Amino acid sequence: MSYVKIDKNLCVGCGACVDACPVGALFMEGDKVEVNDKCNLCGSCVGVCPVNALSIPREAKKVDLSDWKGVWVITEHDGKKPVTVTFELLGEASKLASKRDTYVGAVLLGNNVAFMADELFSYGADRVFLCESPVLEHYRTEPYSEVIVEMVKHFKPEIILSGATTQGRDLAGSVATKLETGLTADCTGLEICPETGNLLQTRPAFGGNIMATILCPNTRPQMSTVRPKVFPVPPKTDKKGDIVNFSFDFSKLNIRTEVLEYLPFEEKISLADAEIIVSGGRGLGKPENFEILKELADTLGAALGASRAAVDAGWISYEHQVGQTGKTVRPKIYIACGISGSVQHMAGMKHSDIIIAINKDPEAPIFKISNYGIVGDLNVIVPLLTKELKKHLGS
Amino acid sequence: MRVVVCIKQVPDTTEVKINPETNTLMREGVQSIVNPFDEFAIEEGIRIKEAHGGETIALTMGPPQAEEVLKTALAMGCDKAYLISDRAFAGSDTLATALTISAAIKKIEEKDGPVDIVICGKQAIDGDTGQVGPGIAVRLNLPPLTYVSKVREINPEQKYIIVERLMERGKEVVKSTLPALLTVVKDINTPRYPSLFEIKKASKKPMIKLTFNDLGLREDQTGLKGSPTWVNKIFSPDLKSVSGEIFQGEPEECVKKLTEKLLEITKGVSL
Repeated sequence: MSYVKIDKNLCVGCGACVDACPVGALFMEGDKVEVNDKCNLCGSCVGVCPVNALSIPREAKKVDLSDWKGVWVITEHDGKKPVTVTFELLGEASKLASKRDTYVGAVLLGNNVAFMADELFSYGADRVFLCESPVLEHYRTEPYSEVIVEMVKHFKPEIILSGATTQGRDLAGSVATKLETGLTADCTGLEICPETGNLLQTRPAFGGNIMATILCPNTRPQMSTVRPKVFPVPPKTDKKGDIVNFSFDFSKLNIRTEVLEYLPFEEKISLADAEIIVSGGRGLGKPENFEILKELADTLGAALGASRAAVDAGWISYEHQVGQTGKTVRPKIYIACGISGSVQHMAGMKHSDIIIAINKDPEAPIFKISNYGIVGDLNVIVPLLTKELKKHLGS
Repeated sequence: MRVVVCIKQVPDTTEVKINPETNTLMREGVQSIVNPFDEFAIEEGIRIKEAHGGETIALTMGPPQAEEVLKTALAMGCDKAYLISDRAFAGSDTLATALTISAAIKKIEEKDGPVDIVICGKQAIDGDTGQVGPGIAVRLNLPPLTYVSKVREINPEQKYIIVERLMERGKEVVKSTLPALLTVVKDINTPRYPSLFEIKKASKKPMIKLTFNDLGLREDQTGLKGSPTWVNKIFSPDLKSVSGEIFQGEPEECVKKLTEKLLEITKGVSL
């Protein structure tokens, strides 16, 4: 079997690829690079070669993909309203669709959910593909994925976007496998090639240490999950569209799961929806110090966030974690206390409008992306800040 | 009960650093570890066996050295391990990986008997996709129960399982028939540390290697050929660098200045 292909005539022996290889498969032999059997063909080295000496051996396929049209968004909702990421995706889908001169479709599944169609139109959908049934009352992987697979086979969309939420990832993973097409998780950037319709899907990998752009050139639909808060909510318009009713024979399904109950968290302010977040990290030193942050958060009406270090230390529960393995947030103000700013953490909060850092280390990377900051001991600074704010806010 | 736990060897991404001069990954000193989410999967697999009898089988796909993570799984208490390794699988994306692993599980069923539960970690920390678990479920026609934070009940006689799933804003309690596939989150348990005795015992447990020829797949279904997604480009994350106002010195003074700024910017924010 093959390894990454090295064109020895082109190789200048700079060693850039050796540094880029995440598995240690490349090494220098004399003044040329060599590959060993650790190579897993990940492609990390290809882009860093300054002279294009490296390539992944792929066979070019000739496939006609011209039947596939439209950019679809899978609506996620709670029975009352679509969740915000659906609107964010409709905004992004509109951009992609206009470059391909095609339509934006929203897939809407549930029981008595047709009333949500207007809102989907107002955020950019041209068509709403609707399927209603008591079977679809609660989200369940099996019936939802079966309906969508049948819709896709019938209408042939070129692209399907869904939120990288627990539901969106669960559903997309199932749908893509059934359709045997490519799925790219957790995208943070989407571009489209206007001629081929190929979607350039950018996503973090290796814990956010590197970014990868993924292509799915030979199969359709191209599927991506996109993290909430990565794209902005587009402005609402009075746009109208068409509802396409889709009927599905549920009697042929053998559904093996049943939702018994739902237990919502007792959370005052959801991290994902908060306009202000006060977040704590390793610098807090001990779990009790989250109380100081909580007081600041309460004063500002903010939600409480945390870095992975604080969560891993057991100081606060996982729901509060911001970052690559936690939530991505996009508040108006993010106040990072005792968070040095690992790449992984910054991946989850760098889109915040205003970032404020409080850290005793003036060299902490978090200051590089902060609009305001204080160098100092948070145990002193944060209570002072709370006190000062209370004076002005009168609470 | 027969439980198969799917695990992955990953670089410890929390230790990976970027060389600021060349903007490339610095691998030096980065250990290969069992994907942290898979440790919860192994632990849960062993607990199910301890509660209901049967066997727990660990399975991984990767290069020959991925055998190391299977040794850990055996030392923790798995009974048997399978290593799927072949050059033909290099370059597999999540679609090809899920297909290959599901073919291996079918092979295990032929050799060892029917599998009741397949458990995966919710995602691997190197790829962070969480797509392989649901993919395996589809290929094996199992109901997928993702993001499981608690197994409430397993009834081997009536063949059902009740689990709690961790969602963004709450927990969902789901009942499913068995066999089923679970992906688990870290709240589910605390993985055990293997004792020296267990580590010693583990070296005597069966470790079976499966290659391309064992799985009955076509060449165009695995590796690069079986992968619809391609890595087009790899680059370093671009962090916006802001020339912010950083206050240093007397805490009271700093706080006063920051408060002023805060009050200014919070004008449009509902407090």
